[in-house]
Amino acid sequence: MEDNVLLRVERLTKLFPIRGGIFQRPVGYVRAVENVSFTISRGETLGLVGESGCGKTTTGRSILRLIEPTSGKVYFNGIEITALRRKELAPLRREMQIIFQDPYGSLNPRMTIGDIIGEGLEIHKIARGKEKERRIMELLEVVGLPPAYIRRYPHEFSGGQRQRIGIARALAVNPKFVVCDEPVSALDVSIQSQIINLLKDLQRQFGLTYLFIAHDLSVVKHMSDKIAVMYLAKIVEYASTEELFSNPKHPYTLALMSAIPIPDPDVKKQRIVLQGDLPSPSNPPKGCRFNTRCPKVMDLCREVEPELKDIGKEHLVACHLWN
Amino acid sequence: MNRELENIKTISYWKDAFRRLRKNKLAMVGLYIIIALILTAIFAPWLAPYDPYEVNFEEYLQPPSLRHPLGTDEFGRDILSRIIFGSRISLEVGIIAEGIATVVGVLLGSISGYFGGWVDHLIVELTNIVFAFPFLLFVIAIVVSLGPSLSNVFLAVGALNWAGTARLIRGQVLSLKESEYVEAARALGASNVRIIFKHILPNCIAPIIVSATLGMGGAIMIESSLSFLGLGAQPPTPSWGSMIDYAKDFLRTNLWYSFFPGLAIMITVFGFNLLGDGLRDALDPRLKI
Repeated sequence: MEDNVLLRVERLTKLFPIRGGIFQRPVGYVRAVENVSFTISRGETLGLVGESGCGKTTTGRSILRLIEPTSGKVYFNGIEITALRRKELAPLRREMQIIFQDPYGSLNPRMTIGDIIGEGLEIHKIARGKEKERRIMELLEVVGLPPAYIRRYPHEFSGGQRQRIGIARALAVNPKFVVCDEPVSALDVSIQSQIINLLKDLQRQFGLTYLFIAHDLSVVKHMSDKIAVMYLAKIVEYASTEELFSNPKHPYTLALMSAIPIPDPDVKKQRIVLQGDLPSPSNPPKGCRFNTRCPKVMDLCREVEPELKDIGKEHLVACHLWN
Repeated sequence: MNRELENIKTISYWKDAFRRLRKNKLAMVGLYIIIALILTAIFAPWLAPYDPYEVNFEEYLQPPSLRHPLGTDEFGRDILSRIIFGSRISLEVGIIAEGIATVVGVLLGSISGYFGGWVDHLIVELTNIVFAFPFLLFVIAIVVSLGPSLSNVFLAVGALNWAGTARLIRGQVLSLKESEYVEAARALGASNVRIIFKHILPNCIAPIIVSATLGMGGAIMIESSLSFLGLGAQPPTPSWGSMIDYAKDFLRTNLWYSFFPGLAIMITVFGFNLLGDGLRDALDPRLKI
């Protein structure tokens, strides 16, 4: 079992200091990610869901050390990457890649598609010259773009095509693990499914392991083997996709699920509409973080913070209703 | 299908920008002025009707005539020929002094914006100090302490003109380093040098070109001012500024003497400013300098 784990995240925490006063001393912290732990097995996909600002993206970037985590450990393939120095980390960059949300901001407008995709090949000295060009064309074909596009610039492409280019860039270095940071959120619905199918095909073809970040459960459902639901910097529920969808426990998960549209007008659904906004992550509410918006809030929830506990079948939930 | 796709010409950024520039009539006027200036400077010996150093006391201080289209100075030297040769100095100052300023400004600005921290503080304070001094006075002080000569003018202008560019580039770098493509490069393991030179600076080209063009006009003005004060080009070198310096003694009697070098300065600086403004609009309409 343990050998099969590719990524292990232990109590990952990221605090962003809020500076103030004359001396720019930290006067408080934005708790973007707090004590987040999970593991992802080889070839699996973990879906990470939550609303905007809950710390999903920060989690993904902290794992890759694009953002330095404040504390916690990340093990990749048994190596503790949070303990590595920058230099030592460089060769590992080949193994872990990221796909971005915004297909417009993630491609350098002054570089050709070939240069963008070939950059990883150059940095890690994987291929050069004719060989590099052949590889880039191959990659374009893999992501479903004509290889003839190699000398074009990003502004000549649509959002979906740009996302394919971003995927090709990530794949160029033959990674084992890819963080997909809301890769379809900025795309049209019709294009979304194409990209999701492409990502699934690539996973099968190259044996990739994904951390799939999204704010939409229906998208995550298609992609993931396991799902972690995040709320205000913490994981509130974690289970296999099947278990989570058949047996959701946390009131927040239930609310998210009720927001999935069902394409059948006869199905009467009870929509759980959450009141209010996400509380400020610099000043989270006392007790359970969800207590300000929870439809089933109890007195206990306002005082004691629930722990993330296993309620059987590797289903973890942080809610007093179930502990 | 592939054949067909290969035949589609990609519209490059530069072609697109040039197309926009061509539509801007004023900018094109500026471009033509600068091209004319460059050609004049290169072909000066062939264009000038006389030797700019040739003294002829029989024809001193003559008004414009067919023999001397712009007249002669107090030594009987042909003013047109001196203006034609003077274009070389103006262009040199524009290119060399502003070149130094741009290279220094871009380097310091990108280091400051990219690395942040105390380096950033240091460079920002340095630019503030430069901005705090009255510019011309500072240049005069430098040239006087180094000794009046044209190469010291290059140095002085270069040593001061960088601050504006540095500030501009710092701002650009600050926003560009947060972009997702820079993050993607970092995720690929790109070094800082690679990120600055391949990802950030190529995206700063537009403001660099615009500020360099506008700066060239400014540098030419400064050289003229210094030469007018006798701190730039030394006689008998024909510089537009020093020509006006000598002409000022004859202002009442021989107006054309000072008028034509002044006109040359005005047209040249005007050309650079027109082109700079046009480039700003053509390269990046959102840019404000």
